[in-house]
Amino acid sequence: MLIKTSSVIPSSEITDEKVYLSRRSFMRGVAVAAVSSSAAGSLIGCTSSASAAVTPSRQAWEQLVAPQFQNIKAGPFSTTEEQTPYEDILRYNNFYEFGTDKTDPSRYAEQLDIQPWSIKVDGECGKPGSYQLEDLVKESQLEERVYRLRCVEAWSMVIPWVGIPMATILKKFEPNSNAKYVAFETVVRPEQMPGQRSLFSSIEWPYREGLRIDEAMHPLTLAAVGLYGKILPNQNGAPIRLVTPWKYGFKSIKSIVGIKFMRDEPYTTWNALAPNEYGFYANVNPSVDHPRWSQKSERRLPGGLFGPKRIDTLMFNGYADEVASLYTGLDLRKNY
Amino acid sequence: MAADKWGIARWWGIFILSLGPLAYLIYRIVSRDLGPDPGEAITRFSGLWALNFLLITLAVTPVNQWLKLRWLVRFRRMLGLYSWFYAALHFSAGFLLVLDIQNFVQEITKRPYITVGFVAFVILVMLAVTSPKFMVRKLGRNWKKLHKLVYLSGVLAVVHFIWLARADYTEPFTYAFILALLLVMRPAYRRFGSASRARGTALN
Ligand code: HEM
Repeated sequence: MLIKTSSVIPSSEITDEKVYLSRRSFMRGVAVAAVSSSAAGSLIGCTSSASAAVTPSRQAWEQLVAPQFQNIKAGPFSTTEEQTPYEDILRYNNFYEFGTDKTDPSRYAEQLDIQPWSIKVDGECGKPGSYQLEDLVKESQLEERVYRLRCVEAWSMVIPWVGIPMATILKKFEPNSNAKYVAFETVVRPEQMPGQRSLFSSIEWPYREGLRIDEAMHPLTLAAVGLYGKILPNQNGAPIRLVTPWKYGFKSIKSIVGIKFMRDEPYTTWNALAPNEYGFYANVNPSVDHPRWSQKSERRLPGGLFGPKRIDTLMFNGYADEVASLYTGLDLRKNY
Repeated sequence: MAADKWGIARWWGIFILSLGPLAYLIYRIVSRDLGPDPGEAITRFSGLWALNFLLITLAVTPVNQWLKLRWLVRFRRMLGLYSWFYAALHFSAGFLLVLDIQNFVQEITKRPYITVGFVAFVILVMLAVTSPKFMVRKLGRNWKKLHKLVYLSGVLAVVHFIWLARADYTEPFTYAFILALLLVMRPAYRRFGSASRARGTALN
């Protein structure tokens, strides 16, 4: 598979891709051996193969947006920190719709059909309705943004997203002056998403997230449709997801099918599940500890075998210059 | 130890089989197949096997009672020591590779799921230390009392597992169910099992 990459992708990543492919075919063999040699496969955690599987729906989507992906421009705010390899971004995911293990999404996400894909827009706006995703993407210029991603579980990555500023998309729907918040929803398809079939899951699907309108319209906020110059792998939230790099990763909702402009603060999944652990804002903040994880530092992935790359966590994940002014006068200890 | 060939073959068989998970883990480490966060993968894997061996150990007596597999009882200590072994790996990996070791005390006292895991681990250490024959002799009647704590360790380990689950409880609930089953099998045997093999079978 030869992938046309845009000029903004440095050649080092293209080498990465080759390594990735050869390693992948090696791991296939390992996976087969592991499955056949262990009856208790799920207990001991089978070998994961990281791939963005080529399925008919992915091919269809890839073709639809191919012209846009051949013309990606370098966007603002990109960090020059070392990027997490493509392979690692694909095999270490929290996407509970596919299961709670980090390797579940890479194992099961290819079952998700990402074509056709439409987004239902309603609430306080001038142009509610159902929008075909390709129409939204075709009208827009794609940008590459290399952002840090900080998970609430105290690990982090550096990811070269491809996307459209969220504000560009939201403005098409003409939010009115009552629109103080934006709510987002992930697709619900239990037949394609094994995590949604689980009997003992405490999440009420659909997964829901939300932002204040000024956060949603902020220039940092991205509607991502790709990474490493290619369409988003399913396990990373294809075909379209939110990226808010100054907030913990769970805010950056994946596989979006619903957008609603609201007067009041919307229901958000983790906040509803454990309000003492997950706030509505969820801004990265090293001075507010989480009951489960210390937020003072983080493990930058990939980590070596003999000890993780532990680095200090920065306020707003290092984006304080851009976003701190959104929160003047707000007590961030209470509004975590 | 009995000099019969079967006994020795079984001993080696179980000893080597129990090293299987470790061998598999090392294999995945060496083939660089643990993903971008090997510390977490090692921690989870060893934690799961510490619990597996703890439950296998707790299953020895009921299985012997109901299925009359008397020879199994001789391996209870070895299986228990394996539980401690994987727990020690889990504890070390957790602190060296995942948690922030500079905040050792805080991590244990401030995070309930770690507090219970830690108590479960301390119990396993105490049981491992007092497992040699001379310790059994030295402690006399207290040995049995002390080793009853293994049940507490099992319960705490399962609580640890339930507590650290964030949204999907299928796996920890499965373990809780198996543990509950093992715990009721003993009194159930005492009430309903064959009367001829009453209490004395729990040797050691
Ligand atoms: C001081 C002692 C202990 C510490 C610091 C500790 C810490 C941890 C940590 C950090 C995790 C991973 C949590 C995550 O990734 O979300 C974990 C998972 C786990 N631990 Fe422990 N633990 C301890 C003792 C034990 C003991 C004694 C057992 C069992 C006998 C045990 C069984 C487990 C199990 C079954 C898991 C879940 C594995 C999985 O998710 O598949 N832990 N523990």
